[in-house]
Amino acid sequence: MLGIARQKMLEQSSKMIRPVVSVLRSYSSAAKQMTVRAALNSALDEEMSADSKVFLMGEEVGEYQGAYKITKGLLDKYGPERVLDTPITEAGFTGIAVGAAYYGLKPVVEFMTFNFSMQAIDHIINSAAKSNYMSAGQISVPIVFRGPNGAAAGVGAQHSQCYAAWYAACPGLKVLTPYNSEDARGLLKAAIRDPDPVVFLENELLYGESFPISDEVLDSSFCLPIGKAKIERKGKHVTIVAYSKMVGYSLQAAEILEKDGIDAEVINLRSIRPLDRSTINNSVRKTNRLVTVEEAFPQHGVGAEICACVLEESFAYLDAPVERIAGADVPMPYAANLERMAVPQVEDIVRAAKRACYRSLQTFSNTGVKLNTVGRCWHQVNNKWEEIVRNFVTLLIQAL
Amino acid sequence: MAFCSRNSRNIINNLKSKVGLSRLMKPSSDCCYTSCLNNTNRCRFLAPQLRNPDSHSQNKGHFFCFQRFQSTTTEQHFASLPNGEHNQVLDFPGGNVVFSPEMQFLSESPGVYNPCYRVLDDNGQLISNSIFVQVSEEIAVKMYSNMATLQILDTIFYEAQRQGRISFYATTIGEEAINIASAAALTADDIVVPQYREPGVLLWRGFTLQEFANQCFGNKDDYGKGRQMPIHYGSNKHNYFTVSSTIATQIPHAVGAAYSLKMDKRDACAVTYFGDGGTSEGDFHAALNFAAVTESPVIFICRNNGWAISTPTSDQFRSDGIAVRGQAYGVRSIRVDGNDALAMYSAVHTAREMAVHEHRPILIEAVTYRVGHHSTSDDSTKYRPANEIEWWRMERDPVTRFRKWIETNGWWSGEAESQLRSSIQNQLLQAIQIAERAEKPPVKDLFTDVYDNIPWHLREQEKMVRETINRHPKDYPADVPF
Repeated sequence: MLGIARQKMLEQSSKMIRPVVSVLRSYSSAAKQMTVRAALNSALDEEMSADSKVFLMGEEVGEYQGAYKITKGLLDKYGPERVLDTPITEAGFTGIAVGAAYYGLKPVVEFMTFNFSMQAIDHIINSAAKSNYMSAGQISVPIVFRGPNGAAAGVGAQHSQCYAAWYAACPGLKVLTPYNSEDARGLLKAAIRDPDPVVFLENELLYGESFPISDEVLDSSFCLPIGKAKIERKGKHVTIVAYSKMVGYSLQAAEILEKDGIDAEVINLRSIRPLDRSTINNSVRKTNRLVTVEEAFPQHGVGAEICACVLEESFAYLDAPVERIAGADVPMPYAANLERMAVPQVEDIVRAAKRACYRSLQTFSNTGVKLNTVGRCWHQVNNKWEEIVRNFVTLLIQAL
Repeated sequence: MAFCSRNSRNIINNLKSKVGLSRLMKPSSDCCYTSCLNNTNRCRFLAPQLRNPDSHSQNKGHFFCFQRFQSTTTEQHFASLPNGEHNQVLDFPGGNVVFSPEMQFLSESPGVYNPCYRVLDDNGQLISNSIFVQVSEEIAVKMYSNMATLQILDTIFYEAQRQGRISFYATTIGEEAINIASAAALTADDIVVPQYREPGVLLWRGFTLQEFANQCFGNKDDYGKGRQMPIHYGSNKHNYFTVSSTIATQIPHAVGAAYSLKMDKRDACAVTYFGDGGTSEGDFHAALNFAAVTESPVIFICRNNGWAISTPTSDQFRSDGIAVRGQAYGVRSIRVDGNDALAMYSAVHTAREMAVHEHRPILIEAVTYRVGHHSTSDDSTKYRPANEIEWWRMERDPVTRFRKWIETNGWWSGEAESQLRSSIQNQLLQAIQIAERAEKPPVKDLFTDVYDNIPWHLREQEKMVRETINRHPKDYPADVPF
């Protein structure tokens, strides 16, 4: 029954995903394009052919070519011994993959979405993450857990949660969040080659997106270092830190901010654990202002961790309080209008950056509590006031 | 009804793999597969359901021809169905299903309980006409010495915990036969994935008394670097995965390891142990299901000792024990008297042959009794009568039973007994003294092995800890080396 429900969910979401583009589309210019889906597929293919110990496991990864077609063609190429279609039991197949990793194989376990990984979370944390430590180095677990994470489009509360903060809290795990195709290829290859357990959080809505890709990235030995963030866009007025889909939104926000004279630096975290504290801090020391962006629930989230690490290391450099943009603190609603309000949008990032730059005011409730809400309605109401006050302040400054 | 929703290509692929395997099969198993090939997939899905309940192979005594008897009976049964309108067959996905106009529910309990395989009676005498795997004098004496050693080891460590010298201990009293006999029937290449009541397997494989003591005291010689509670042994060189406290998580791990052994084409199997309580966990069911589907060479040994801390089996499940559950998952199973070392040895020995050469999982339910408390944190007299415990300790002691058998064979004597016991006692007391006085693991072992390589932030934390210790040396214990 659950299988049928999931099938329906998949059909629904696949309608909303853009049609799959071909692996490589060469334009008249030298730049090649590659979808994230193709990037992941090629990374898996190359790592499986390079190392016979690598094998895939998950629901629908074989005959169905992958619930999101990430593992397309791999069953035909490597056979059923290396691409295993599993029964519907996350706890079961995760335990079995961990056992295979204990023995010395390198499983890549696919969760149809990371929401279902909660059924297997005991094996991920207690069996995979802690084993090397608890066995004093006798049992290493070179396993990769991958799958779509976070909000998709219209899939409801039990299919939309982001698990970056949960897994990143656990020592012994590494947690990666690719954004574009280069990230997807480089980080997945690094994850498979890494002897530690890695949680690889993809994003369903990014699978169909195409990104330009260089020849170096296409090479089969290409690998990105784990634990290094990337500065996607250099800037000097405010630092915007994001991961996964929010990197794209932050880049769009940066374009809008540029027109208003705010030069934003956008950091793509790539790795949540280990967190690249030095890149973040160096950037904040340069710009003195910070906005963190995530789709996940705000409490105990990645943004909270970034705030703490910046406070610990660069407190004196901050010229404004850190702005933390996160998803609404509610289970994800289904209705499209409500869903849109429950996740950050580009406008929210723009407004947060402006607040950090003192180009707009904080909004306060009647009780004086600062409201940094994500909900659009607040900002619609206050937009007019912000403009009026901003104009007044600008006049004042000019007068002085 | 659960039908497999696989497409026809999958079924054909599976059929091809079966044909491939049948060439490697021993003659005794050919019949089942030949009949399978004749009836396409019907036999594979229906044979277990139509199995004739009267042909309990244990009673027939032809242990190794178990498979052949089952399948020819099944074959005839199937062929004898008249093709009247009351016996139509339709090919649903998952296999052909015979219809019946009689509404018959499968009973929740079998009329007759699943019989238990035993070879030695309560007095350690061989039961006539019993089928078992012969054990040499050398192996039998080694088995007995290990069982006695385990008993003494448990008693002394339990006392050490009561004296406050170690923080925790869990005994294996009453289950020595399961531990040692199963270990003796395996080879050193077989991977053992234990729960926590199987230190005897490690003992058989050569873990020394000093090594046991080191782990319990968590000193610098502990292979676990002092990171785990006592009794959480683990040793790569003995092919014994480190004990993990979480119940039943080791069962799917064993299936994964077995699958890997199969992929590597090794002449070895994976063996995992768990209690009656562990079979309630989801991991047990997923693992058995998976093992059957992936045809992995794994042996599941359930120590059905009647108690899961304070929960008796009547509150744990309502099935006739564990072996019948194996059948539900398509796993060959047997119920064995867990206090009969010879029966355990025979069953595990045979199971290993089947697992490794036929690539199939086997489930062994070893029926026994947990004589000791669950652990040193438990006082079982609070939930079960003390005289019940005493009766099992004295009248049903597996160690005594096996000793009577080897004495009957002339392989053991009273003198050898007292010599062994006093020697082990002395060695143990000495090992404990040495372990207690040894240094604890160094501070750096707090930070290693979290990842393969130490990340920079842990290196920084280690530096900070050392600086703090340097500044406030009196706040830190003297026996923790730098």
